[in-house]
Amino acid sequence: MNDIDIRKVVQEELNNIAPEVDMAGVDPKADLREAIDIDSMDFLNFITAIHHRLGIDIPEIDYPKLITLDGAIGYVEAKLGLGKT
Amino acid sequence: MVDFRMPSLGADMEAGTLVEWLVKPGDWVKRGDIVAVVETQKGAIEIETFETGQVEGILVELNSKVPVGTPLARIRTEGEAKAAPVAALSPAAAPVISPPAPAAAPPAIPPAPAPVAPPPSPAVAPAAPARTRISPAARRLAEARSVDPATVTGSGPGGAITYADVARRAAEPTPSSERKRAPTLDLDAMRTAIAAAMARSKREIPHYYLAHQVDVTACEHWLSQKNAALPPDNRLLIGALTLKATALAAHSFPAFNGFYRDNKYEPSEAVHVGVAIAIRGGGLAAPALHDADQLSLDDLMSRMRDLVQRTRAGRIRSSEISDSTITVTSLGERGVETLYGIIYPPQVAIVGFGKVLVRPWVVDGAIGPRSVITITLSADHRVSDGHAGALFLTEIGKLLQEPDKL
Repeated sequence: MNDIDIRKVVQEELNNIAPEVDMAGVDPKADLREAIDIDSMDFLNFITAIHHRLGIDIPEIDYPKLITLDGAIGYVEAKLGLGKT
Repeated sequence: MVDFRMPSLGADMEAGTLVEWLVKPGDWVKRGDIVAVVETQKGAIEIETFETGQVEGILVELNSKVPVGTPLARIRTEGEAKAAPVAALSPAAAPVISPPAPAAAPPAIPPAPAPVAPPPSPAVAPAAPARTRISPAARRLAEARSVDPATVTGSGPGGAITYADVARRAAEPTPSSERKRAPTLDLDAMRTAIAAAMARSKREIPHYYLAHQVDVTACEHWLSQKNAALPPDNRLLIGALTLKATALAAHSFPAFNGFYRDNKYEPSEAVHVGVAIAIRGGGLAAPALHDADQLSLDDLMSRMRDLVQRTRAGRIRSSEISDSTITVTSLGERGVETLYGIIYPPQVAIVGFGKVLVRPWVVDGAIGPRSVITITLSADHRVSDGHAGALFLTEIGKLLQEPDKL
């Protein structure tokens, strides 16, 4: 699974929560909570979905690292050992 | 033989459109099963039966709009051969007709069968044919959403798969085609319903308002410790703690938990907390979380997640519409410090939680940073006074100091 795939997975899961949002138009560095209007339960559902789909553990203490699109993608890649080198 | 009727899901509802049957003639149903979906102003509502028995016949065609009270199906009650099956239920269709008898009135009738809990009735057996144990509604949902029941972990009694389990499974990794399903929520109709309820509230209910700042640092510490060891599915949000604390306090302060009807206040023994849920695109619903004071935090949290998910998907159950005995509204982390709610009639109180803010706070004589939340109460002056309201809010604050005891 490469960078493109991870981006697609993350965007898909965010779209499950915010179906009307065009993820391609979201600033990859913006705080997702504001950019796509999600609350703490939406965010928990997003984390849960990523956890199940990719089998990675995302402790609560790491949540701030996933708060932007780029951050979430980078975090997931690092967890899967796919970091951009 | 009893008729299963079009329920009244609010004073403003005159008719509903039957959009889905989840049972067919010959099926066994038990109290609390979802048997049909009705489209109303408030969205698509899952209608539960109050009877246990066998569906004798379907009386109304799909997609027909019929007035409240119209018989929709006929159910041969379980004890038909004997006399009255369950004495308390004898006013047969009563719970489904007009005021869906929430709470207090006759305490013998628990108004809200917890959706997953089976009734203590012998009919459980015929209702649940062996194979994979799955409720009829869950099976139907699994078919509709192409979910293989074998892949679903049941959380119901004896590992039975419930509707919520299937919904959760279906929501997991969703192919993009499916999630684009047209939402069943009509936001314009929802706005009309909100307008009617809130205008009535402001017209009829003499509100008074109180606010109380509470240090919730203990809650935050407790949560981060507990959640650190848990997978995301089982993690708690602070909203579960505030909901539980409110429910416990409501149980101790009956003047804030009940219904004001026909110029008379009826306190409720049960605590069914309406949870205000924002709908994407601008809507609001406050379905009931039944017996919130009795649930463990873990159960409360999973019920909350299920309720939020179903509400946003436009799937609320009939008992969740009118059972709430008090409402809780929370702005969450992106809100502001304080909100003052408007009471949802015929309830008599709404408790609001603002955003948790780090504030300079005096603890043991020294100033330090603490996480502080502002709790508000809007209550009905026909029923209670500010003094009692202040005690009620203080109690919620006290309960939040010991999260491990919630």
